[in-house]
Amino acid sequence: MKRIVILGAGTAGTMMANHLRNHLKREEWEIDIIDEREEHHYQPGYLFLPFDIYEPEDITKPIRDFIPHGVNLIHDAIDRIVPQEQFVNMVNGDRLHYDLLIIATGAKIAPEETEGMLGEEWQKSVFDFYTFEGALALRNKLREWEGGKLVVHITEMPIKCPVAPIEFAFLADSYFKNKHMRDKVEITYVTPLSGAFTKPKATTALQHLLDVKHIQIESDFAIEQVDNDRKIIIDYGGREIPFDLLVTVPTNKGDELIVRSGLGDDLNFVPTHKATLQSRDYENIFVLGDATNIAASKAGSVAHFEAEILTDNILRYINGEPLKEEFDGHANCFVETGGGKALLIDFNYTHEPVEGTFPLPGIGPLRLLKESRFNHMGKLAFRWIYWNMLLKGTHIPFVSTKMQEAGKEF
Amino acid sequence: MDRNIAGVTIQVNEEGYLTSFQQWNQEVGTALAQEANINMSPRHWEVINYLQTEFKNDVPLSIRKIGKSGVVDIKEFYQLFPIAPLKTASKIAGIPKPASCI
Repeated sequence: MKRIVILGAGTAGTMMANHLRNHLKREEWEIDIIDEREEHHYQPGYLFLPFDIYEPEDITKPIRDFIPHGVNLIHDAIDRIVPQEQFVNMVNGDRLHYDLLIIATGAKIAPEETEGMLGEEWQKSVFDFYTFEGALALRNKLREWEGGKLVVHITEMPIKCPVAPIEFAFLADSYFKNKHMRDKVEITYVTPLSGAFTKPKATTALQHLLDVKHIQIESDFAIEQVDNDRKIIIDYGGREIPFDLLVTVPTNKGDELIVRSGLGDDLNFVPTHKATLQSRDYENIFVLGDATNIAASKAGSVAHFEAEILTDNILRYINGEPLKEEFDGHANCFVETGGGKALLIDFNYTHEPVEGTFPLPGIGPLRLLKESRFNHMGKLAFRWIYWNMLLKGTHIPFVSTKMQEAGKEF
Repeated sequence: MDRNIAGVTIQVNEEGYLTSFQQWNQEVGTALAQEANINMSPRHWEVINYLQTEFKNDVPLSIRKIGKSGVVDIKEFYQLFPIAPLKTASKIAGIPKPASCI
């Protein structure tokens, strides 16, 4: 009996458990998945929590509900991976031998990386919305906030879901309009990038929306510190931006267990082959989702496409066949633009988001890079797809793993 | 597109970054720096040399990495190249715009 161990029962790890259990014979392969948490969070929901669009119960379910029969779920904390010996050491002293390891330990915020971010104003006037606790605290703040300078800020790239901060700014515009207090709120979007997004065509589309919604943008801002007394953020060049309410996306880093295992880069992400998803250092370690260092978005859709390709590659690896270099960096993201509308972007390592139709070329029904109500309904419907299809590894009809070029205006 | 600078013809992309590092020399770097209102000092060149070495070794660059490089801290990097330092310095160094993120 051989053993596959999956570290992390988030989006990526759960999908791998489901895919692999379907493909590997139970009498030949034991599959274990380890996660110390009890609850699975639908992380895209964190964006909606602060605006009272979702309730906490909409976005949390027991991890156990998504782990298939025939996979052992181990609820314990991991100390480290010992790749030379093929062991996972647990904090409680247990050691688990693996033949094949899948790292899906994700990314988390590290506000301690920025001076003053965790200061006196943390969760008073400085908030994150990348954690459940942060999003909830921010919801409570927004319910009673009377207005002023709202600064939506990205510390540094890469971050999970790179469009979420701009979506937050758009949704804030809608939220304050609905509360009849938009005139009391000045919204500024502060980014270390040169513009609203990393890719030129999407930047143009998003910049237009920022203008329409009267959201100021401050670009090329590399934060040095949060000054809690003066309520300003300061960049290394000395630029100062005042805030009454700062909603920041702190530095994102991989899990500390990656550091303890000696497997990470300077942000604790695991060096990974970008097309096969095999670890660069150990051939029997594979990595997917936010835990990798590859230059794809850290997003659930990416983990979904990766999981389909990685499943093939693991079966090939087990059979002694060469791995397929298939992963193309495909990402597909709804971008909430407020007012019950959204746009949709579809891109990969080499193709930037462009206009067109999705998923059926020429038909849609979803429109790429254009605002529509239908796209917004798609985003809301996606929560159902996530819980009922995506995590279970069910293929989503018409949506291909590799990005399609048909139906797009390059 | 072609452009003439410091007496030579170089190819640059639409954002002004050299498309081939082979076309770079120190005079080209000096002229590109002047266009960004930067007068190159020996300290500037130390940083540029570091960026070029990392580029040749296929190491992706970020502000964070430069801060931890031991060559220059982030504060001084900003003093040397005050506006969008990594992009400005990469342009002067003749290397591609840093692909920091998705």
